[in-house]
Formats: sequence, C-alpha cells, structure tokens
Amino acid sequence: MQESGKDSIDLSVHNATKNFGDFVAVDSVSFDVEKGKFFSILGPSGCGKTTLLRMISGFIEPTVGSILIKNQDMAGRPPNQRPVNLIFQNLALFPMMNVAKNIAFGLERQKEKKAVIDKKTEEILERVGLPGFGEKKVDQLSGGQKQRVAIARSLIMKPTVLLLDEPLGALDLKLRDQMKVELKTLQNQVGTTFVYITHDQSEALVMSDHVAVMNNGIFEQVDTPQNLYAKPATPFVAQFVGENNKWEITIDKVSERKALGITKEGFKFSMPLEENLQNDDILQFFLRPESILLQPDPSIRDLNRFFVSVKTILFDGANSRILALLPQSRREIQISLPQNRQFDHIKIGDKIEAGWNPGSAITFPQEKVVA
Amino acid sequence: MKQQNIRWGLVIFITPMLLWLLLLIVLPQLDMLFMAVRAENDLGEMGFSLINFKTFFFEPIYWRTFARTATFAIFVTFLTFVITLPVAFYITKVVSPKFQGFLAVLILMPFWVSELVRVYGWMILLRESGFINHFLVKFHILDKPVEMLYNDATMIMGLVYTSMLFMLVPLLSVLESLDNSLIEAAYDLGANMWTILIKIIIPHSMPGIVSGSIVVFMLTLGNYLTPNLMGGKNGLWFTEQIYNQFIASFNWNQGSAFGFLLLILSSVIIWVGLKLSKQKLGQVMQ
Repeated sequence: MQESGKDSIDLSVHNATKNFGDFVAVDSVSFDVEKGKFFSILGPSGCGKTTLLRMISGFIEPTVGSILIKNQDMAGRPPNQRPVNLIFQNLALFPMMNVAKNIAFGLERQKEKKAVIDKKTEEILERVGLPGFGEKKVDQLSGGQKQRVAIARSLIMKPTVLLLDEPLGALDLKLRDQMKVELKTLQNQVGTTFVYITHDQSEALVMSDHVAVMNNGIFEQVDTPQNLYAKPATPFVAQFVGENNKWEITIDKVSERKALGITKEGFKFSMPLEENLQNDDILQFFLRPESILLQPDPSIRDLNRFFVSVKTILFDGANSRILALLPQSRREIQISLPQNRQFDHIKIGDKIEAGWNPGSAITFPQEKVVA
Repeated sequence: MKQQNIRWGLVIFITPMLLWLLLLIVLPQLDMLFMAVRAENDLGEMGFSLINFKTFFFEPIYWRTFARTATFAIFVTFLTFVITLPVAFYITKVVSPKFQGFLAVLILMPFWVSELVRVYGWMILLRESGFINHFLVKFHILDKPVEMLYNDATMIMGLVYTSMLFMLVPLLSVLESLDNSLIEAAYDLGANMWTILIKIIIPHSMPGIVSGSIVVFMLTLGNYLTPNLMGGKNGLWFTEQIYNQFIASFNWNQGSAFGFLLLILSSVIIWVGLKLSKQKLGQVMQ
C-alpha cells in the first residue's frame, strides 16, 4: 500500500540549525514526513520547537541546513510563497473580518473568482462542522468554533503541509480532548500532511503517526507513540513521555541469565540482562508507575519485591496513584492505583508489598558527568 | 438618603467641567454668534443683519481663503498620517522593545519648546541667509542662495511637523494593540506587504487614525502661527483673515462671523470623515 521513493515525502528537513547569537535554538535537526501523516514535535517550552516550525513556514531562515517541501528547496522563499500554512497558537483570526472573509482571505490573494471562493468557503465550513457561520463575527464564536475557523482558513489553501503551533493550548480540558479526536478525524478525511507541535504529551500521543521528542534544540527520538512510551531511547524521553520513577543502580553481579544490582538505598533488584553489562556499571533505570504491582500474588516468580509505606493517595480517577515511601529512606515512588475496588482498603500510613518484573524496567548507562 | 449622597458626589465632580464648558466655550461662542448676526445699518446703528455672512460669500478673497484653508488642512492631515504611520509601525513592531520608549521620547522632545521657537528654528534653517543655503552654496550645489521660506510647500511642511506628535500618539497605541500574529497569519496566507497594510493594519488602526486625524485637522485648521510665519504673503490662512478682522479692521462682527463659519466647517468635515470611516466619535475619542 505504501508509496515508495521520494514522491511520498512531503516535508524533508536536513540538518536544520538556527543560532540566535551564541544560543543554538535548533541544532542539526533532520527528519522526513511522509505524505498524509500526522507528525508531532513534542518538547518542553524553550526546546526550539517553535523556531523549527517557523523555519518550515518561512518566518525564519535556518542558519545552516535545508528544508525541502515536495523535493523543492524552500531556501529564500518567503512565507507567502510556500505551500505550507501555519495555524497560530492564538489562532490569529482577523477580528476586522467576518468568518467567511477570514476563510476566503488566502484564496482572494490568489485572485480566485468570487463565485469559486464563495463555493469553496461554504464547502470548507461544512467540512469543519460550521455550516452557515459565514456571516458571524469572529468575537461571536466560542473557543472551539474559532479553532475550526482557523483550521478551515488554512485548509482551504490546500497546503502540502499544515503546520499547527499548539492550537489547542487555550481550550479547556474537555474541549481539548474533544478537539484532539476531531483534528485526527479531519486529518484522516482531508489527507493533508500535518506537522503539529505541542508540549502536551497526550495531544502528541493520541493524534500522531510519528512523534519527535525535542529537547535543547535536538531530536531525542523520532518514533511511533507506542515505541516512545515502551522503548524510550534516552533518559529524557523516558522522563518526559509518561510518568516514570527514576533510580540509579550499581550492577553487582552479572551472570549468564540475569544481572543483580544494588540501589543507593541498599535494595537488591534483579535487572534485565543487557549486552556489555559488567560489574560496577552504574545504570539509570526507569520504572513506570503502572509497572509496579501492588500486593502481587505470591505465586508470581521472579518479581523484585519490597515493602513500602503509603504516604499519600493521589486520587485522579483512572489515573490514581499512591505516593509511597521506601523503608529506611526518604525516597518517594509513584505506584498506579487501579480503581477496580481491589485496593480500596489501602490507607495512608499502611505498609504494603509491591513488586515489579525485571523486564519492565527501562535502563540507560549512567550519563557521563562533564565537569 | 443614599440616592442623595450619590447625587452630591456627581455634582461636585461635574461642576468644574460644566463651568469650564459654559464659561469658556459655550458663552463666548454664543456671544460670537450674537455678534456675527449684528451689523451697523445705514444710520450707523447696530441691529440684526446677515450682512457679515453675505460679505463672506460675495467677496471671493474670503471664501477662497476659506476653501484653501480647508483643502490644505485635509491635505496636511493626510500627509501627516502617511508620514507618521511608518514611524509608528517602526517604533511598535520593528525596533526592539528597549528602544521603543527612547524613540517615542525623541519624537516628543521638540514639543518641549514652544511652537513659536520651533517655527523660528525652521526659519533659521530655511531662510535665504540660512543654514541649509549656506552649506548648499559652500559645497557648490547651488550658485547662490534660494529663498525657501514663504511658499506653500514650506508651510505644509511646517504644519505637518507641528502635527506629527498628535497623530503619532494614537497610532502608537492602536498599533501596540495589534497582535503580530495577525500580520504573520496574513503573510502566511499569501498576502504581500501592501495587502497586509490595507486589509489588516489600517482596518485595525482605524480608531487611532480617525482620532489622530481629528486632532491634527482641528489643530491645523485653527493654526495661526505657522501659516503666518512660514507661508507666503499671497497664500492666506483663514485664521489670518479672522485676525485681520478683529485686530486690523477692528470689525468684530465680521470676525465673529468668520470664526463661526470656521467652527461650522471643522464640524462638518469631521462629521463627514467619521461617516466615511464608519467610526463613532465616542469610540474614537476613548
């Protein structure tokens, strides 16, 4: 099914770098986005994702590197001549025009005939679920409606790539969840390539085909949402995508079938056996809250078992957690608390057994500390 | 009881303004109107007459000066806008925020000295034996000095210069409130600089443009000093006609009629301007 060759690549970024004085905002980033894919760039604020997006849209020229859209080099092309459109963080609808005029703005600039513009405007309004809204003023719209008008205004231009700069940021949670699904559905229908930047991991994970995790101007990992979660490539990804408990462990004994490590607090854990693992190696390992089982059945073998005392219960519906203290230390760990009534008896101050399977830990060699 | 307290507060706060309006604006204007419709009859007695207005319409020099003043004032207002908009845009959108205040003060600075001193400054620069002529001759660009003062172009320049600040301040505040991403969004959707100006910047700035224009227009129309000192003797400004009637001819009745006509003129032109730009006076003056 998949198209092959260079024709299927809509956006190709090679080695893009942007310096602002001494500060490197984007550092040698390269990636390709296939036609019709939903690609997200996920990173904390200040990681350079907006700079990257503005380079693709043409508002900033890269210091080094090239940006190709449909195999055409975009160097020196201003934003009004690029086959990409950007949906701004604050949407940037024109308050001096009504909805129809907003949507028609791009086509009018292309000197399209009025009858054609009117027809297309109506079609796109229907597509985003706002039929008959053309005459409304921008300030008469709700947050979600503005969102859709902004999307319509860009989609009517039939861009090769649609860039979205955290457009859901201003919406409240319920509406955001709803728009996530709508945006994904819309993208499937129109088949336009989307490049979406966000700091909200759930937006990125829910909507995207591929997610790039960005930090300090570089891509830490580009992968499917599932892989990002299950197999993070770097400690940053492990901590940024989803929750994780972080530990340091010194490898004590490596045998044929398993490795044994000791944490600073003196816990002995068996660890997944990896290549090149040697005694006295220091590993960072990450453990998801849901990987830790509460009161595991004694029949389950090979679990790393230990006792914890419950410090707080963080109730958050399906996301509920226990903040637990490890004995003889002030270390806190988070453990998922499934709301299936099985653990309703747990109270603050209880001592309970917890355990985890060595296979569910994610490990990285200790980063070299640069003096 | 409470109701009455509020009433008293209102009276206390509003009285100075009402007094100011009544004593300094309404009464003198009424007196002017009263004077304007009175004239000496053949016997030398004062009585009701529309002769003052008749003189205005039947003496070409008066209504021509009147029309000339109105046209020039509109032109000066337009020119001030055209020159000030890029300056305001530069200060609010281009230059780094650190220098915004500095640049605004720089433009404000000439207004710390009186208009008279500023006009004399221009005269020192522009007169035949002036600064500019001196250097033009010294560097052999001109053979002999030229008189740059006392013509319409110089007068318009002087009026624009005097008015710039009053256009700049409202434009700075409206452009400050213009979201940069609107400009970027238009650019991204294929607009060029000209379209962005016409479709985004000017519609957004309309309240500021209109309020700046009203102030500049009224100041220019009522300006006496600059046209008198910098304009030529064959190009009169209507305020000079009023001055002449009051001071030179000592015909206060005629002068009052002219003054009243000028008031009507400025009101009519501002009303037309508001209608054309679809703005409301109350909004514009906020």
